[in-house]
Amino acid sequence: MAIFIDESTTVVVQGITGRDGSFHARQMMEYGTRVVAGVTPGKGGQFFEGPGGVEVPIFDTVEAAIAGTGADTSVIYVPPAFAADAIMEAAAGGTRFVVAITEGIPVLDMTRVHAFVRDCGVRLLGPNCPGLLSPGKSKVGILPGQIATPGPVGLVSRSGTLTYEVVYQLTRAGLGQSTCVGIGGDPINGTSFIDCLEAFEADPETRAVVMIGEIGGTDEQEAAAFARANMSKRIVGFIAGQTAPPGRRMGHAGAIISGSAGTAAEKIEAFERASIEVARKPSDVVGLVRKLL
Amino acid sequence: MNIHEYQARDILRRYGVPVPPGEIARSADQAESLAAGFGGHVVIKAQVHAGGRGKAGGVKLARSSAEAREHASRILGMTIKGLTVEQVLIAPAEDIASEAYVGVIVDRASKRPVFMVSREGGVDIEEVAARNPEAIRKLAIDPRYGLLPFQAYTLATALYDGIDQQRACARILQQLYRAFVESGASLAEINPLVTTPAGEVKALDAKMNIDDNELFRHAGIAALRDTSSEPVAETTARDAGLTFIKLEGNIGAVVNGAGLAMATMDLIKFYGGEPANFLDIGGSSNPEKVVNALRIITSDPAVRVICFNIFGGITRCDDVANGIVEATKRIEIGVPLVIRLTGTNEEAALQILGKAGFGATTSMDEVVQKAVELAAAAGGEA
Repeated sequence: MAIFIDESTTVVVQGITGRDGSFHARQMMEYGTRVVAGVTPGKGGQFFEGPGGVEVPIFDTVEAAIAGTGADTSVIYVPPAFAADAIMEAAAGGTRFVVAITEGIPVLDMTRVHAFVRDCGVRLLGPNCPGLLSPGKSKVGILPGQIATPGPVGLVSRSGTLTYEVVYQLTRAGLGQSTCVGIGGDPINGTSFIDCLEAFEADPETRAVVMIGEIGGTDEQEAAAFARANMSKRIVGFIAGQTAPPGRRMGHAGAIISGSAGTAAEKIEAFERASIEVARKPSDVVGLVRKLL
Repeated sequence: MNIHEYQARDILRRYGVPVPPGEIARSADQAESLAAGFGGHVVIKAQVHAGGRGKAGGVKLARSSAEAREHASRILGMTIKGLTVEQVLIAPAEDIASEAYVGVIVDRASKRPVFMVSREGGVDIEEVAARNPEAIRKLAIDPRYGLLPFQAYTLATALYDGIDQQRACARILQQLYRAFVESGASLAEINPLVTTPAGEVKALDAKMNIDDNELFRHAGIAALRDTSSEPVAETTARDAGLTFIKLEGNIGAVVNGAGLAMATMDLIKFYGGEPANFLDIGGSSNPEKVVNALRIITSDPAVRVICFNIFGGITRCDDVANGIVEATKRIEIGVPLVIRLTGTNEEAALQILGKAGFGATTSMDEVVQKAVELAAAAGGEA
């Protein structure tokens, strides 16, 4: 078991002929992900050459890709100006799960996308996220596959590269993962910490959870309250931005301290109230996880 | 992106919001002649990207053009929250019967635009929210339908009792919402929205923040950016596609990803060092970004050591390695580089660096400790 994706997941790559899309389509295929289709308008009927000469059919639209291959999951690498439309196309086209990697999508676009995707009954992960990885089974997105290994730790994070950091340290310490999920740092995203905690709680393979948050917003506080009321599995938490100067935007649209809401101190306090083990630095996560297993 | 009050007033005026006239002065002379043109009884308002201008003495009322000159000469050049005032808005003083607050923001929790309105205007709305949350009426908007007429009217009834003022307010809310959406704003507010003794409803102040991700489709609004009050390095960095924030320490940091960059700053402090900057080279980085990053960091004379912390995902480690090698050919670095690099195309990157005579580690704790040590050692010599 794992959450959201496993060895049966079939993937359509939107933007498969672009620089990032083609590179990561190959990386996903090398990892073992079942990439069954690509979408690039105007290139329908052509083929994308994957590793080992495997040919992936390209379609003009998601609808055609799904009719032709039955892909159940889409991953999006299209530029920000077209990404909102691409997400809605994937949701309307018949996928069950959409992973949006694109960074820089206007937040007002995302307010409309969020409502549209919800009405389609489709799960969206991201945007501005690294995707997810169920080690040994499938990866959808850009997480480097070699840093992960199968095991009992579920991991959810708002960050991209900080996720890799923690996964890498867990793996080196011999602590494998069930699924690693990067939910993305934008103010409006599809899948929340709570959605992931709920899924990890229900996943028999997951025995402990690592949750990596950032300054800004109240998602971590809400996740802590959820965990306190609903989780039997124990959690290790880390918050990035403990020393960030207040009021400055630190790259992520989400990481803004507004008033007192969203400081690292506030989030750490919420974690502690929910009996979440708080790591002071990323390398402390390993020891705390080991204690819980 | 922040825009100035006078710029937000111009935008709202274009959407039909009744905004009294106002002009920008950059000198006391200019302020005096503008004030004379408005009859002398004017308000002088500092134009800086900071809240609490009134409390800081940046907003003054004048009874005559001579008094306006006096106030303007004091306000121009003053600093508010670290920002120097370079321009003031001169607007005719209005007789005010009541002050309300109206605003619309993109709300993370409901994932929609949310209107907030309150009869308690003219003051810090966060204070009202903390002290008396019932005084604020909130309404989430379905972005697919926009602000519906009945919603605008319902909000207006929370602010005004007479039908004329309710209708005028509802119209302003519709105009505000259109301006908000069509400008790509993440926040648009009028504080205060006033009534005059004659019963008119007017916007005396306006504030808009623009979503940086929208600027590609709003060239006119992107051109409103005022870079005069921000550090030159931050402007240079943005033009190069980097996110850079200057800090007070002596350890330069080049990191990919905001979360890892923040965690790197935290770790530098944890081991007793002080970061000189926050710098995120972002994803999909090409070697040129690394060259620009090093150029910006080395322009800070306080920097004693530069610490790379790269975890490749969409960023390829070999691109970063090529950037480091390229940068050392083109610019005088002058301080030690400590490099941590792992993830996508790590082997190729280590080869490139090795050939150029650089060592690299794969441990974040190790590279940060090394940077802190080198900074401490160099700090003694400086």
